[in-house]
Amino acid sequence: MSKNKKIFFQIVLMFALLGFTGILINNLIINLTRTDIGFKFNWLIKPASFSLAEHSLPYSPSDSYAWALFIGWINSLKVIISSLILATCIGTLIGFLRVGKNSFFRITTAGFITIVRQTPLLIQLMCWYFVGFLSIRNNTFLNIRNILNISNKGIEFFGLYLSSEFSALLLGLSIFSSAFIAEVIRGGIQSVPLGQWEAYRSLGISEKQGFFKIIIPQALPAFIPGLTSQYLNLAKNSTLAIAVGYSDIYAINDTIINQTGRAIECFIILLFSFLILNLLITKVMGIIDKSIMRSRI
Amino acid sequence: MKPILIAKNLTKSYAKGIFALNNVSFELDQGKVLVVMGPSGSGKSTLIRTINGLETFDKGELNILGIKIGSDNDERKIQKIRRRVGMVFQQFNLFPHLTILENITLAPIQVQKRQQKEAEEYGMYLLSQMGIESHSKKYPSQLSGGEQQRVAIARSLALKPELLLFDEPTSALDPERINEVLDEMRRLADQGMTMIVVTHEIKFAKEVSDQVLFIDSGKIIEISSPDVFFSNASHERSRKFLNQIN
Ligand SMILES: Nc1ncnc2c1ncn2[C@@H]1O[C@H](COP(=O)(O)OP(=O)(O)OP(=O)(O)O)[C@@H](O)[C@H]1O
Ligand SMILES: [Mg+2]
Repeated sequence: MSKNKKIFFQIVLMFALLGFTGILINNLIINLTRTDIGFKFNWLIKPASFSLAEHSLPYSPSDSYAWALFIGWINSLKVIISSLILATCIGTLIGFLRVGKNSFFRITTAGFITIVRQTPLLIQLMCWYFVGFLSIRNNTFLNIRNILNISNKGIEFFGLYLSSEFSALLLGLSIFSSAFIAEVIRGGIQSVPLGQWEAYRSLGISEKQGFFKIIIPQALPAFIPGLTSQYLNLAKNSTLAIAVGYSDIYAINDTIINQTGRAIECFIILLFSFLILNLLITKVMGIIDKSIMRSRI
Repeated sequence: MKPILIAKNLTKSYAKGIFALNNVSFELDQGKVLVVMGPSGSGKSTLIRTINGLETFDKGELNILGIKIGSDNDERKIQKIRRRVGMVFQQFNLFPHLTILENITLAPIQVQKRQQKEAEEYGMYLLSQMGIESHSKKYPSQLSGGEQQRVAIARSLALKPELLLFDEPTSALDPERINEVLDEMRRLADQGMTMIVVTHEIKFAKEVSDQVLFIDSGKIIEISSPDVFFSNASHERSRKFLNQIN
């Protein structure tokens, strides 16, 4: 294709996009004037008048909608960051076992990855919540010297209390994401040329030392893009919290829309909350990537 | 003199019915240089890689430096052999995330538990022997192929091996870089290093080797002195091969 033709197509595409956006905005304005509720954010300072089961900061129903949303954002952040850490630990371990020498672990981890990746997250979450926690009949499922206590009220660990909603979401998100992370880890490890394995072996370096000193440092840069996209997925998937009744930003948004009817404003807030969150994740991963790249020139 | 390596009836096949090694038997005395030649796919790499356990075999026995390994491939024995046998690869296989000196000192420090300072001093000595000590703080990607291959030789020498294996060490090099690597190998041979070298470099084979092993379809066709092999090869198959590479 000639250069002129290319430019022509770009311009046509641009106008098509602009036109489409224009139609959407026009629709929005028509709907807003028709329903006669306008486009305002002043309701944010009114009292929310609903209670929240879970809040890391002080909250009462007389607090504002804005504060309730912020509490939700913190709740989201809490479950995302803890799932992200747990998923990375589990995923890395499974990824290592997946490429390891032990054929029992190789097969079981392959099975785990297949099952977890092929079933919907929503069903897995329900499983953890209803089958895992709520079905614990005699209240306590596991109690180790009052250090770890698992019951239908959640998990208590060293005095740190995790509600059953939070625990189900944490487990569900972590296990689901760990299967994808394991594949990222496996891909990264297998991207290291076979000659590197042969080189350390021929020097009499043990499998363990070769793996951690030769293979992993070379696989790290290949992990980062895959991990970043899995972390972004995890953050977005956390909105399924509503299914187990955990008060994350999406669930609270939903309640507010029901109360105030401010759907458009709420979705804009939601959009930006996630945009900020995911930009944050991308930024942090970018920094990690750069520091890895710098350390190997 | 007692042989440093005895191979008895080594047999291996990757796929049923096709032999990569077919009843391979030979001996190698200390201080000798054995050149392995043969057409592509004849089993040269397989043969040399079984010697340090990078490849297993199905039948037969290997006795290397008095350590016997069979087809059961005993990991601990293989590990012992690897500490005393060095290997240089066609693609160098340097560790790209480590500096030149770190590449060389890694195994002495990790495997032989040497002090870092001692390992570094010996590493610098090896590099200066090859005239590349000025590159010690660089990374492999900053070096030419010939320099990288000399670093790879230094890396295998750092463990003070009693036998060195080379699998086509100059095949990945630009023609003008081949001699700088062959010269190092010649120097090692002059110092009495026992070596097995897979190569198509006829001049090197003629001048440096004590024996030439010719292999085809996993079978040893002949083992002769280079004089005999290159001027008066006893087998039709060897003569045909020599005509092709000349
Ligand atoms: N990992 C493997 N899996 C299956 N077959 C293999 C493998 N490695 C080698 N072979 C086969 O074994 C035979 C011998 O291979 P080998 O690499 O030892 O030959 P070579 O003489 O080193 O060849 P080249 O000159 O191309 O390096 C070939 O037929 C090859 O296709
Ligand atoms: Mg080969």
